[in-house]
Amino acid sequence: MHPLVSFLSAAAAFFLAASGGLALAQEQTFRLTIKNHQFEPAEFEIPANTKVTLQVKNEDATPEEFESSTLHREKVVPAGKEVNIFVGPLSPGRYEFMGDFNRATARGAIIVK
Amino acid sequence: MLATAIIVFREVLEAALVVGIVLAASKGVIDRLLWVGGGVFFGIAGACAVAVFAEVIAEAAAGIGQELLNASILFLAVAMLGWHNVWMGRHGRQLAQQAADLGKAVTRGTRPLYALAIVVGMAVLREGSELVLFLYSIAAGGSSGVADMAGGGILGLAAGVAVGGALYFGLLRIPTKHLFTVTSWLILLLAAGMASQAAAFLVQADILPALSPALWDTSAVLTEDSVPGKIMHALIGYVARPSGMQFVFWAGTLAVIGLLMCLTNRGTTVPRGGARRALGAVAVALMVLGMGFLTTVLVS
Repeated sequence: MHPLVSFLSAAAAFFLAASGGLALAQEQTFRLTIKNHQFEPAEFEIPANTKVTLQVKNEDATPEEFESSTLHREKVVPAGKEVNIFVGPLSPGRYEFMGDFNRATARGAIIVK
Repeated sequence: MLATAIIVFREVLEAALVVGIVLAASKGVIDRLLWVGGGVFFGIAGACAVAVFAEVIAEAAAGIGQELLNASILFLAVAMLGWHNVWMGRHGRQLAQQAADLGKAVTRGTRPLYALAIVVGMAVLREGSELVLFLYSIAAGGSSGVADMAGGGILGLAAGVAVGGALYFGLLRIPTKHLFTVTSWLILLLAAGMASQAAAFLVQADILPALSPALWDTSAVLTEDSVPGKIMHALIGYVARPSGMQFVFWAGTLAVIGLLMCLTNRGTTVPRGGARRALGAVAVALMVLGMGFLTTVLVS
């Protein structure tokens, strides 16, 4: 076997082994709209230690990227489309997020209580 | 325009640093510019394709198409970085010897250039697709429009390339004898950082558990949003609030590639004797630590 092939299979085996199971559950949903490069609502509360889904709809004619370094989330929301982003379980605190393509106006925060 | 330039700079930065390291690691190989240039070219072409098909990708795989694509891009780059280091471990000594004999290391086809070209391509593709979408949104929606996009784009690109260039020329100041040892270490850290980014995408897709939302928080010292933070993020995978899974992948990649470097090393890429044994011990310790951590969290 070519050494590259053995190397790649070893690498693949490692990452497969590191992978856990798939977790699917019904979660509470929060709606979020991007309009005129702003988030609506810009701030909202979610319960602590709970997994929730954010339904982010982009009503602008240009794409946006939902980004948050504290939440470890980074997802493009194409123009006129809706994406789901799950967050949590989180400990109480304030977690900021923003629209990466319109950093000046598209800002928001999730308050975890 | 300045605001646009700053965002372009931030997006270009990561790919530019990768290109800087790759160019230094392939110093002396005759046709390396062709390979690296090819990687950049296909990366840009791919980035445009990803941007055009952003909607299709967003809706693919039940809504986790973006995450799967990004994770695959990053894992491919990690595999190629690892392969480069294993290869250098086996041939690095010859290279350094040759370099010393000739006074310079001009060689043809003696390094896995295709691996480095793929790494460059993946880095450009990953950062570039966001950049294309951003520039498109400026041109289409912004009040200042196309001039803003072009001016800010060129300014930001130039600044990003300048930082990558500074890293490259800085690395070239290292004597050839030691250069490839340094670039192999940089590539090892680069791979670990990319694996941790890929893990973050798999957590975002809900394929992997986060294990812990934040193992520690150093955002008071250095945020990832700052330019120094972004450079550290690109170079060593710095994350102010890493999730447990990100740390497992970071440490795991470091350990696996580090161990492979030790096992295959027949040259000077990895220091020999005591230092080499120490690296091996650290790699094994990281693996045990990672596995132990994973088991603890999964069991609890």
